[in-house]
Amino acid sequence: MSALVLIELNNDQVSANSRAAVTAALQLSNKVDAVVLTNNPNNADSVALISGIDTVKLINHESFEHVSSEVASKLISDIMSPYDYLVSGSSTFSKNIIPRVGALLDVQPISDVCEIKSSNTFVRPLYAGNIMATVESLDATILLTVRATSFEHSQDDGSASIEDIKYDIPQSNSSFVEIQESKSERPELTTADTIVSGGRGLGSKDNFTLIEQLADKLGAAVGASRAAVDAGYISNDYQVGQTGKVVAPKIYFAVGISGAIQHLAGMKDSQVIVAINNDPDAPICRMADLVWQTDLFEAINEMLEHN
Amino acid sequence: MKIIVPIKRVLDPFTQARIDSQTQSVDLTNSKMAMNPFCEIAVEQALQLQESGIATETIAVSIGVDKTIDTLRTALAMGIDRAIFVRTETELNLQPLTIAKILASIVNKENSELIIMGKQAVDNDNNQTGQMLSGLTGFSLGTFISKFSINEDKSSVEICREVDSGIETRNLKFPSIVTVDLRLNEPRYASLPNIMKARSKPLETVELSSLGIDTSPRIKTLSVEESGSKDRSAKQVSSANELFDELSQLGVI
Repeated sequence: MSALVLIELNNDQVSANSRAAVTAALQLSNKVDAVVLTNNPNNADSVALISGIDTVKLINHESFEHVSSEVASKLISDIMSPYDYLVSGSSTFSKNIIPRVGALLDVQPISDVCEIKSSNTFVRPLYAGNIMATVESLDATILLTVRATSFEHSQDDGSASIEDIKYDIPQSNSSFVEIQESKSERPELTTADTIVSGGRGLGSKDNFTLIEQLADKLGAAVGASRAAVDAGYISNDYQVGQTGKVVAPKIYFAVGISGAIQHLAGMKDSQVIVAINNDPDAPICRMADLVWQTDLFEAINEMLEHN
Repeated sequence: MKIIVPIKRVLDPFTQARIDSQTQSVDLTNSKMAMNPFCEIAVEQALQLQESGIATETIAVSIGVDKTIDTLRTALAMGIDRAIFVRTETELNLQPLTIAKILASIVNKENSELIIMGKQAVDNDNNQTGQMLSGLTGFSLGTFISKFSINEDKSSVEICREVDSGIETRNLKFPSIVTVDLRLNEPRYASLPNIMKARSKPLETVELSSLGIDTSPRIKTLSVEESGSKDRSAKQVSSANELFDELSQLGVI
């Protein structure tokens, strides 16, 4: 059995998602290769350091910093024939590409795998994570995206070889214009040990900065509910939930978040959940380990002053 | 430009999904069903293009048993021009690859240049069908879009995509497929007069069996279970001191 892992880079760093995908691939196969599409061939060296990878397939082109799904899926499907599996971490990057590879290979991919039961049997969430399904793939080649919170992240003590893939660049009908990234000195949301998340209860964009102050004091990442993002308090990339990011930190502070199903789906695997809310009937309170029923502004101030 | 909007009938998103342990599937008998919320956003986008004179015709497509017609009528009541109903004899629980093949055959037949669809359905949460349809048709692809503006040349569209690191802007040359995210628009409600009018709008029924598409499943569901969340104590605290003490006793700080 052999597996290919599609690597995602974030500003020349291998994503945590991809490290989880390597771990998942090693559960399925004793030979794991990685493919990386990049505009910077040095990135193959970072991928080669990830423990467990045999060969890094480097596909290098100046336009690949923001590669299109159309081009990526074509190039990946062209090199899939020796492999039994294609694995990638669940993210907007892989979800943009893997299903398209599936269509080109006539394979039905499996999204958001949380557990590998056997060589062709996997557990994945349905209905915003309220239901877990055990599913068997009947395809000869299996395509998976895996949840980064469900698999260990493979670390850097490998020494894979690097193979520069020669290819003809396919035509793309889409072109990159720009990306607006939220620059932050804070820990990355999906890998942080502590997350402070704010909801509609904050009431305004100005008030939401209190969440950022509290996060800075605690060395935490900032998160938000969909309601807070929709209200314009903070940008979409901070959203935790079914359609945002799935997180599982050691401590999750839910401040002024009522706990809609789709939010709970994104954070219910956190080790300890703290709900700070003035409404004792908010669904988040039933989901929490610790509940502080109070005015959230008083609570934040008290925490900011706490030594 | 002719726009196709594929839509899905799902369990009402405000209803808790329950399991039928005998059939090892989600129990939908007597459940309230609704249009997938992301599909409503896709319908709204198509209607806005119709109102701005860009769309010459809007067509909703759905696949399923006879009851699926209700969902198509909802789209017609919102303002879609006509509907194509791909009928199945029984509930087949078709998978995205099969759905994409069915949609590809309709897109070809209708000669449509723009497909607007939800980024995922809130039942199976696959987030695949639009991408797969792009693979099958070769149309350009914009996933998870939160902004859509046709360029002056009318042969391409600028879209914003909600990605994990922020907002990515791309240009797509038509023909295109876009999958819509939550913040693209606020879908309208159908007014009562429009609900009445929708009854007389054209709805064409196509038997799935007549399309000659292999519908055999590629994924077999072995079992389903409700994911009981971890038992949590909901212990009350009343000060920051108490909160941090508890956290330190739990060994997380």
